[in-house]
Amino acid sequence: MPLYLALICVGALLAVSVYAIVQRRNPDISRNVYRLCIALCGVLFLAAVMPRGAHVVSTTLPLGLPWIGMHFRIDVLSAFFLAVVNLGGAAASAYAIGYGAHEKDPMRVLPFYPAFLAGMNVVVLADDAFAFLVAWEFMSLASWALVLTHHHEAENRRAGFVYLLMASFGGFALLMAFGVLGGVGGAYDFASIRESTKEAWKSGLILALAMVGMGSKAGLAPLHIWLPLAHPAAPSHVSALMSGVMTKVAVYGFIRVVFDLLGPPAFWWSVEPMTFGAASALIGVLFATIQSDLKKLLAYSTIENIGIIFIALGLALAFKANGLALPAALAFTAALFHVFNHSLFKSLLFFGAGAVLSGSGERSIERLGGLIHSMPKTAFLFLGGCVAISALPPLNGFVSEWLVFQAILLSPSLPQWTVKLLVPAIGVALALSAALGAGCYIRAYGVAFLGRPRSEAARVAQDPDRWSLGTMAALLALCLLAGLLPSLLIDTISPAAKDFVGGRMPAQAELAWLSIAPIAQSRSSYNGLLVFVFILFSAYSAKWVIHKFGSSRSRRAPAWDCGYIEKSPTTQYTASSFAQPIRRTLGVIAFSVRERLDMPAPGEMRAARLSVDIKDRIFDYLYAPLTRAVETCASGLNILGLLSIQEYLALVFGALVFLLVLVAI
Amino acid sequence: MTFLFDLMAQGVQMLLVLALAPLLIGFIRKMKARLLRRKGPPIIQPWRDLIRLLRKEVVLAENASWLYRSAPYLIFAMTWVAASLAPTFATGLMFSWSADLIAIIALLGSARFFLALAGMDIGTSFGGIGSSREAMFGSLAEPATIMIVFTVSYIAGTTQLSEIAAFMAANLELRASVGMALVGLLIVAIAENGRVPVDNPATHLELTMVHEAMVLEYSGRYLALIELASALKLLLYISLIACVFFPVGLATHDADLHTMAIGLGAYILKLAIGGGALALFETSTAKMRVFRVPDFLGAGLMLGLLATLLVFVTRNL
Repeated sequence: MPLYLALICVGALLAVSVYAIVQRRNPDISRNVYRLCIALCGVLFLAAVMPRGAHVVSTTLPLGLPWIGMHFRIDVLSAFFLAVVNLGGAAASAYAIGYGAHEKDPMRVLPFYPAFLAGMNVVVLADDAFAFLVAWEFMSLASWALVLTHHHEAENRRAGFVYLLMASFGGFALLMAFGVLGGVGGAYDFASIRESTKEAWKSGLILALAMVGMGSKAGLAPLHIWLPLAHPAAPSHVSALMSGVMTKVAVYGFIRVVFDLLGPPAFWWSVEPMTFGAASALIGVLFATIQSDLKKLLAYSTIENIGIIFIALGLALAFKANGLALPAALAFTAALFHVFNHSLFKSLLFFGAGAVLSGSGERSIERLGGLIHSMPKTAFLFLGGCVAISALPPLNGFVSEWLVFQAILLSPSLPQWTVKLLVPAIGVALALSAALGAGCYIRAYGVAFLGRPRSEAARVAQDPDRWSLGTMAALLALCLLAGLLPSLLIDTISPAAKDFVGGRMPAQAELAWLSIAPIAQSRSSYNGLLVFVFILFSAYSAKWVIHKFGSSRSRRAPAWDCGYIEKSPTTQYTASSFAQPIRRTLGVIAFSVRERLDMPAPGEMRAARLSVDIKDRIFDYLYAPLTRAVETCASGLNILGLLSIQEYLALVFGALVFLLVLVAI
Repeated sequence: MTFLFDLMAQGVQMLLVLALAPLLIGFIRKMKARLLRRKGPPIIQPWRDLIRLLRKEVVLAENASWLYRSAPYLIFAMTWVAASLAPTFATGLMFSWSADLIAIIALLGSARFFLALAGMDIGTSFGGIGSSREAMFGSLAEPATIMIVFTVSYIAGTTQLSEIAAFMAANLELRASVGMALVGLLIVAIAENGRVPVDNPATHLELTMVHEAMVLEYSGRYLALIELASALKLLLYISLIACVFFPVGLATHDADLHTMAIGLGAYILKLAIGGGALALFETSTAKMRVFRVPDFLGAGLMLGLLATLLVFVTRNL
């Protein structure tokens, strides 16, 4: 029943796409499309959470390849991700009812938006390689079209090109991965892939290909370069979907292949996700810290969070390989918890960035400031998102990071020295990225929302419409709920952990005071609700005491600033000056910086200039040589276009013989 | 009945840290003055200052927002909660399990987050300079702290402070890894509390200050709350060091009043020793340049990392 409902909704989403094209002259079309999307996402969400009767529900539809059809299936994992996708989808659609009204050319968004949602849903439901890959590519192409919404700007066209290139590269890697998984027998439905046995070298190859394929979509370093270009280029509600939801679909794909299809893991599988996860977390957050474009900053921070998720998944693999069911369940739960959290607060933050963009017309925080006065409601909601993503108690971001730390602290139980010593190092990277993340959001919020307005646009900016504000408020409420009552979410994830890593965390909802204790109370526990109540109680009792016995008078006066405040708002700390200490001390990990100071000679009247040139090392050392190599090969192969007919025939014959020999071996 | 007693013990701890924190500051100032052969203000002076500040009218900058006005309450509340959840005179108090060591560190991180934001709210250049430096120090000090947490939790097998203290008290032995973790934590504590050589709490010399630069615009009750919060933070760090590395005399939550009193005496003695050592250290060093601080904190981080590795190598976990 839930599966059919879900598939009908997916069909309906595609129909909405067609409806958008047919009704393109209708002035209400934008609103109608988004309303339909909310309704369909809502039903899909219900289909995900409703009781399924059987543990696993599957079906085959006569679509796609003849005689074989397409297989679909819902199990606990796909149900979880279905819920995440459609929660994000419904939120983005609700936000877009207001935000989409600003769109100059709605026909560049409306037909692709429901199709994008449908594509993500089918990926999660697919139960054979064919359906998975078709849906995957469908999702990529629909989002590519959305990235190109504002195609008049050259920067966006470049983003679209890089995205398409990386998406096809990733898709190619996935094709190979499923090819190796299916083997020569061509077993392409997941059930028979699960049955088949895989040799060690094959598993390693599949793991690497899955890392490349899923990692490129999720934004894992060093395959992340398209993400900070493409995500911000789309309209903000689509950016939220791409960053908050589509990256999670990639995480789902990784879990499906590595934890499910690939069979029982070996301990060395964990090394790859952990190291690349740690690298992504650090690189992502360092680049986020130096960005001045608000949406780019958020996109880089997505890379960081994906890194954290992959660290947790790697830990789960390491524990699972050694039969440590409880720690594996803890790490796996941490990963899924962070998936859920990130989909909430990243959507919230992108909506906030969209509100700032439509309210002031500015994306660069260097020209903003003081928005807390002109956009008070957005400022409050955005602050909530910043606290949540900076992993600060009592909001939800902290809970998932705390769970990851608890999993890291169980590493002494691992028998292999490689992993045992690797894990604390990963822990440093995680701690460093968490702390830098907080700094990054202090900077983003402080420069954009606090202080004095740096431009007229920032001074007269206005809060967005009620739909946008309502959606952001709902997401913040969910963040708070997940932070205060994490036990509910952990217990929801627990069946998935049981199926995929073979263990489950102790039931949390039964613990006293609704606290969480991953292993045992004597080992570690945390209670968000109590901490929150304590903070409120302390703050209010302090306020009460002070107002009763002290003074409650206040008076407004010009700022002091040690005696004299310069009137020009440009004398405030800018975003780049804020980031300078971090850039100098830690930046060398990720990028090379060249500062040039142009000092006028004594007596000369022109101003001094400081220019900072930041280069991405990954781009310089990995992609630039790659592009050069491709160019060299391409120009080398040019001569093949100028052969005579005899030479062509000889070439074809030779290739045929070579391939036959290969097959024979 | 035991429930009531437990609740009271927790309440006593909350009030105790609040009462002792300004006295600790006063004690350190007195010690520093004595070491410089000055007489110094009485130990009670910080409390007097606070009460005077609380009674004064607040002068708010014209463009101060609601964030600026609510931040002092939040900062104070978060620091106070963190300080009252760490063991001081007894372990295993009623709510001690609601936040483990990692959560306590993160609570201080939340307080830092709001303090740095409040520094940027008015839009002065000093506020920005303070917040920016605080963000840099924080992003190095936090991982260093987490590494030290790793070390002690690998050894004790838990992140609950009460359990760690009980384990350390039961297994008193000299370990190189614990020694390194102690030095690392001392470095972090000095940096986090803005003491010499990282920052000078007594200075208003404009370009060298970090903490003072952020709170430059605050006055009246808001300033009092922030000062109280920073005193609580210093007390919390000394309590942390005391309960993890010197868990002597700690009572348990179900002990009788006599043992509790001994625990209290031991705690006050530890605070005095900690404060005295800090005063001695501060009078014998000079403040370092801001861009030297990352090296200083980096040493803390490396010590934490080394200590963790040493735990693995020596204990064969």
